[in-house]
Parts: sequence; C-alpha cells; structure tokens
Amino acid sequence: MRSALVKYMLLINAGSVDAGGGAAECTVEDWVVYDKAVKDAGIFVSGESLADLVTATAVRVAADGTRVVTDGPFAETREVLGGFYVIDVPDLDVALDWAARCPGALGSGSVVVRPIAEF
Amino acid sequence: MADERATVAAVFREEHGRLLAALARRFGDLDLAEEAASEAVEAALAHWPAHGVPPNPGAWLMTTARRKAVDRLRRDRTHTARLAQLRVEAERAEPPAPEGGLPDDRLQLFFTCAHPALAEEDRGALTLRCLAGLTTPEVARAYLVPVETMAKRITRAKRKIRDARIPFRVPDADELPARLPGVLQVLYSIFTEGYAASSGPHLQRLDLAEEAIRLITVLAGLLSDREVIGLRALMLLVHARRAARTTPDGLPVLLEHQDRGAWDRAMIEEGLALLPQALAGPPGPYGVQAAIAALHDEAADITTTDWPQVVALYDVLHVLVPSPVIAVNRAAAIAMRDGPAAGLALLDDLADDPRLRRHHPYLAARADLLARLGRTPEAIAAYRLALDHAATEPDRALFQARLDALKD
Repeated sequence: MRSALVKYMLLINAGSVDAGGGAAECTVEDWVVYDKAVKDAGIFVSGESLADLVTATAVRVAADGTRVVTDGPFAETREVLGGFYVIDVPDLDVALDWAARCPGALGSGSVVVRPIAEF
Repeated sequence: MADERATVAAVFREEHGRLLAALARRFGDLDLAEEAASEAVEAALAHWPAHGVPPNPGAWLMTTARRKAVDRLRRDRTHTARLAQLRVEAERAEPPAPEGGLPDDRLQLFFTCAHPALAEEDRGALTLRCLAGLTTPEVARAYLVPVETMAKRITRAKRKIRDARIPFRVPDADELPARLPGVLQVLYSIFTEGYAASSGPHLQRLDLAEEAIRLITVLAGLLSDREVIGLRALMLLVHARRAARTTPDGLPVLLEHQDRGAWDRAMIEEGLALLPQALAGPPGPYGVQAAIAALHDEAADITTTDWPQVVALYDVLHVLVPSPVIAVNRAAAIAMRDGPAAGLALLDDLADDPRLRRHHPYLAARADLLARLGRTPEAIAAYRLALDHAATEPDRALFQARLDALKD
C-alpha cells in the first residue's frame, strides 16, 4: 500500500524582498548551494522559481462561459509563492529536513510541505 | 460472559499501546493497525470464554491482530504490492523480544503521536487513544468535547499521519533534543488538563492525571533521559496532593490552606526518590519544577517552606523558560520571601503583558497580595476581574468566596 518513496512539493513563500526583488535573508549563492545539494542527493523531481508577482495574470471563467482576465493578483498577505521544488523522499521527516535547509525558509519566508496526491 | 469481557478489556487496555505500536510499525498504517487490534479483541471475546484465557494473552492478541491485518490487506487488491513486501519481511527474523515479552515499539508511537506536524490540540487526544488505550468516547469525555468532534479530530490526525507519511520511528540521537520536549509537552498537557481542568464544572479530573502518570512511566521505561525522569517526578509530587486540593464539595483549596496530612506520602517518596537522577547535570525545566514541588511537599506548612530556595529555583526556571506565567509564580514566591509589597511590585511590572490580561491565576495572585496589604477596595476590584476570567466553576466559587470575605 505504500511505495518506498513519496513525492512532496515544497512551496517556497518569499517573505520580505530587497530592492532587487530577491529575498532579504538569503543570497543567490545560498540558492545555488541548495539547488546543488537537492540534485546531488538524488531526490530532485522538478523545481522552478517564479517570475516577479507583477507579471502575474489571473483568469476566471464565469458560469456563462465569459472569460475574465485580470492583472495580478497582488500580494494581500506578506507571503507570496516564489517557487517550488518537488522531491522524492521516504517520509515527512526527511521532507521537513530538506524544507528546513531551503534558503526560502529563512527569516520572514516559509516553506510549506505538501505530499503529492497519488491516484 | 461479563467476567471474560472484563478480562479482555483489562488485558486489551494493558496491551493496547504495545499491540498498536507493533502493528503500526509493521504495516505503516495506524488505521489498519487499530482495525486489526479491535478485530483481535472481538476474536478474543468469542474465543476466550470457550477455551479459557491463553497463558500469554498479549502474544495471542498480537498474533491474531497480525493475521487479521494480513487478511484485510489480502481482501484489498490495491495492497498486493505491499503484501509481497511483507512476505519478504516475514522471512527475516522477528527482533528478539525483551524479557520474554513482546517487542516494544511504543517509543516510536510516542514520537509519532506527538509529531510537530500534527495539530497541537490533536496530539494529546491521539496519545490517549493510541498509547493509553482509551476509546474515542473516553477521550472525548476527558476533554469535555462531543464524541463526534473528538472522532473527527482523531480521524484527521490519523489521516495526516498516513497521507503526509509521518514516520513511525524514534528520532536519531542528534534530533532527540529537538523532538523529546514535544513528547513531554503532550504528556504534561494531559496531566495539567486532568489536574486543573481548563473549563467545565470540575476542578480535578483524576483519571487524566493518572493516565498521564501511567504514560510517563511507560516512557521512562523506554527512554533514559533526565527530563523524562524530571517530568515523572513532577507529576508524582503534584498528584500526591490531590486529596487535599479540593473541599468535599469541589472547591479548590490553595496550597497554604491544604491539609498536608492528607497528602499521599508514598507518592511523595516515590517522586523524591527520582529527583537526584532528574537533577544530575544541567537542569531542565521539568526537573526544576519537580524540585520546586518537592520543597512544598517536604515543608510542614507555608511558614516553614524554604522560600529562598523556591525563589532561586524559579530564577533558574525563568531563564530556561522565559514565560510570563512563570514570572507570576516567581513573584508569588518572592511575596512569601520578602513580603506582599515586593511581590505586588513584580506583578505590577507584568501588567502590560497581553498574555496575562485574562490569565486568572495572575489576576487572583494580584488580588491576594492587595488584600494582604490591606488595600481592600483595590483587592475587591482585582477579585472581580479574576472572577470575570475564571475558567472553571470551582475557581469562580473560590474567587467569589474571597470577594465576599473582603466585603464583610
């Protein structure tokens, strides 16, 4: 009933950002080191970092089929999804360890760990 | 039949934690483990009256439960892959059983039930359900919530363990310092919930405090750690006063007015005997609290209590756990050492802390010191405020009685 590994998505919520749009608490080098560690550990499935939120566009389709496209959404809360990793590890404790090592977990940022649903 | 039922119930309760832990480790699924365990009990109820209780009832239940779990997996075709894996595992030797009994996987289960990824309010309920062997209605009654509410909470927690795959394992030595306090916190909160019910009509719910002592005793047998011993000592040293803590009609009796002859001397001795081990090394918060409880338990009355030592221990505790609640207790101890004015000054320094604004022990401590200083109108106002924020009927009654006494 349980396979040996589970996929977890690490949703990286950026906290406060510096003038250049990067996270205030970590450097590009931190991310390079982390990315390499994830890949070297053989647990990497996929991962992307998202472009700035000002480039986001929301789409909704009303009941009558009308398409509504709006600029945004803009951050109403302090935390904005900035990127993600999908990793393949044995259990939640291991996933939490990788989340804790992620530079996005530092300071005002946070990493939300969610298992990928299996069908 | 009633006798057998009682025997099965007693054996099951005793063995429940062990049974469930072993099944959970083996099958990696708490729900399946629980179902198999309860099916084994059903089988025992059917089998034991006719054939007698087997010589090793725990092992009988374990074997039966394991078989039931495999049957269940076999019925469910999605589990075939897992079954193949289990067959491989079954070929490996079972780990040697300690003292001729069953292997004990309960330590893993303690850590799983107290896992930080579970909602804090669910951890105690799950621990009582899985390790103390309480039924869901019993757990609901203990926490004074409707059975359906508790059933939902337990189901939610078990689902998270399964779907997010919270592991059944003991943290490594390097993780233990970060994870053990979480387990101890769960047991301590079960104890304090029983000791001073956070809501409802009764001040003490003895059964929860006793469950907590049972659980910490099991844990102490599985894991050698100073703070585990410290928490066990603390529970015993506090629970020893249970008979004196309330009047026959359920009103709380403050430490200073308790009949110390009614304290459970044997339990105090048991707690005191643990202190040297609990305090051998850098002190932990439970060891220090146990030492404070011991000073009260050893004193003949409130005037001969070693207050300088109590204050010194609160100083240590306040550094270890800088919480406003501990600051309140420390101020009360200083009031006993240096007089009510000194204590009141410290309490007034804490007045701006939003966490204490509705904290009735803070409000009552302040009222008490004002009364002792003869500042009656202020004491009356302070007791009224404490009354507004009292969580239990008995506390309310106590504050009302104090208020009435001041008005006379």
